[in-house]
Amino acid sequence: MEIPQMMSVFQHGAILEGHLAQGAPPHIILHRGTPTSSCTGPLKLLEPALLFSWRCGSAPEVLLSTVRGLIGVSVKRKLVQNVPRCNQTARSLIQLYRRDQTNWLTYQHLNFLKRQYVTKNKSELHQRAVPKQAPALTILDEREDGVERQVQRISTIDPVVSQPEDVTNETPYVHVESEEAREARLDRQWKELKVNVTDLPDIYARLAKVKLTALVVTTAAAGFAMAPVPFDPLLFFVSCLGTGLASCTANSINQYFEVPFDSNMNRTKNRPLVRGQISPLHAVSFALACGVPGVALLTLAVNPLTGFLGALNIFLYTCCYTPLKRLSISNTWVGAIVGAIPPVMGWTAATGCLEPGALLLGGFLYSWQFPHFNALSWNLKEDYSRGGYRMMSVTHPGMCQRVALRHSVGLIGLSALAPVLDVTTWTFPLISLPINLYISYLAFRFYHKGNRNNARKLFFCSLWHLPMLLLLALTCKKPRRDPEDAALPSASLAS
Amino acid sequence: MASRVAARSLVCTRRMSAACSRQSSSGQAAPRDTAPKRSIFRPEATSTHDWIGPPNPLSNLRPIVYHVPENETELEKRLRHLRQDTEDWNHEFWTKQNVMFTKEKDAFIFSQLNAKGLSVCDEQGRRRALNAEEMAVFYKSFLDTNRVRHADYNREWYRRNFTITLLMARVALNNMWKTVTDRRGRKKSSTPTT
Repeated sequence: MEIPQMMSVFQHGAILEGHLAQGAPPHIILHRGTPTSSCTGPLKLLEPALLFSWRCGSAPEVLLSTVRGLIGVSVKRKLVQNVPRCNQTARSLIQLYRRDQTNWLTYQHLNFLKRQYVTKNKSELHQRAVPKQAPALTILDEREDGVERQVQRISTIDPVVSQPEDVTNETPYVHVESEEAREARLDRQWKELKVNVTDLPDIYARLAKVKLTALVVTTAAAGFAMAPVPFDPLLFFVSCLGTGLASCTANSINQYFEVPFDSNMNRTKNRPLVRGQISPLHAVSFALACGVPGVALLTLAVNPLTGFLGALNIFLYTCCYTPLKRLSISNTWVGAIVGAIPPVMGWTAATGCLEPGALLLGGFLYSWQFPHFNALSWNLKEDYSRGGYRMMSVTHPGMCQRVALRHSVGLIGLSALAPVLDVTTWTFPLISLPINLYISYLAFRFYHKGNRNNARKLFFCSLWHLPMLLLLALTCKKPRRDPEDAALPSASLAS
Repeated sequence: MASRVAARSLVCTRRMSAACSRQSSSGQAAPRDTAPKRSIFRPEATSTHDWIGPPNPLSNLRPIVYHVPENETELEKRLRHLRQDTEDWNHEFWTKQNVMFTKEKDAFIFSQLNAKGLSVCDEQGRRRALNAEEMAVFYKSFLDTNRVRHADYNREWYRRNFTITLLMARVALNNMWKTVTDRRGRKKSSTPTT
């Protein structure tokens, strides 16, 4: 930095110190002393530090020492020192800053805020501008509103911020937003219900739960690959495509049915229909546009059995599983069947008939579903309860743990059944034993002590366990004996 | 792709139905006043579409302000009223649900802490929370006591959702048909149409 710049920075530093000592928030301070733009550079560096320390409610000494570090290299060191003090807010703020350079806090943004704060401060220093509402309501919206306000004050980035884990640990947020500002902020969040064609691919991807669809297609592909017939790439591709389209349909209809429930659950409140990015009619049209060609493709290009299974799966998922979620815990079993059908579809696509081998692969998926879903739902009890979903983890927690354990152990049995049905060689139960034992061990721990940690461990294990199991099965696939080879010895014997 | 054609046609029908671009704010204010005042929305002066707002803090549902086109047909009016009515009904249910849940949860925590002989706030002034097993008792009882209410809401929601979507489909088809016949009428303006 040149000397004149350094001097003015020093002056500003002194002014800042003075204001901070009085306890005013950093936004005003940064404004009152900065007529020249040459100082916005170093001050930009300072803003995060001041915001961090102020947000965390740390003592004025920290702030003052931060200001004193303005001159020289110590600025950056102070920033680093302050960051570990308040991890949560720091992380989220850093994320915001790193996300988009063009949305960095600039002079213009602060200028806008200054107008509010200066007016507010001229009257009197309020801790809270709005009298605190009834506790029942604040607890409800504490999480959402607190995060939203935090984001809005810092920048005009879209408020997509990861929720703080523990709301109770957050220091009370000083609410100095005036009514006009709050209304203005809420007004800005109104969006026109107009379909933006450029956004459509992204919206469709989220509507169809494209990641889940990809996993479903993978299991169907595994079913196809495990079938004891010569591998036909074109048929493989067509059946994967058909399965994918059917899965997109089912997911879209599911989201269409569940709009008000999804809005109330944290996990699902950013779905396209909840946010109004497309209309319900549009979602249904998309579902039909995927489903009709998908099922037709499966029926005509593959075989009618696969087409029937695809249609059955769509029906089970949309008309049985989705409504049942709110009526009875048997939804989990129906959901397990829904998950088991894709590999069966893959097998029938390859062979054209329903064989025990197909049912075994379906059995793998069916049994796997229970440790996976029970562990996932264990940590979402509050959301499920408030949304009115009847899940085992909420209504019958003991059964939830038992069933997860039972089916994890059952996977070992199913792996042993594979060579008996000529699906794989005897190597498969042996090499899959370690991972099956591991998931059974985690399920046992979950059964023994059902706490959040065990549930989370079991869930994450199930995520890698299934792909590994299918991969091992594929590597141990029973080598196909050609019918000509079988015919030759008998022919030679005859002659 | 079929979906893109459908999307484009839906967008077109919306624009077609909005013959006049100006929307009178007084026309909007009237239905808003009768509806429960739950969002401070300033109606936009020029609008050709519906507007969707931020989630309501109580019900977590997003309010929609419906655009009233100039030549609104009977069908469109019915659709708009049904959507507005469903929105209000949904909002009422979820507000009641969320508020009830929070109140009962607090009452449960309070009674449990009292039974243990602990105060609501600990030494550092933070609210005490119960562990997951204790809270599970409350979650289960909340679901069980509200079982019938949830089932009824479910049935009603599915019925309304279907009706709204069917009406929307009918309106869209009507508008498309009108566009097609208008175009055909304009092309063959010299010859009489059969």
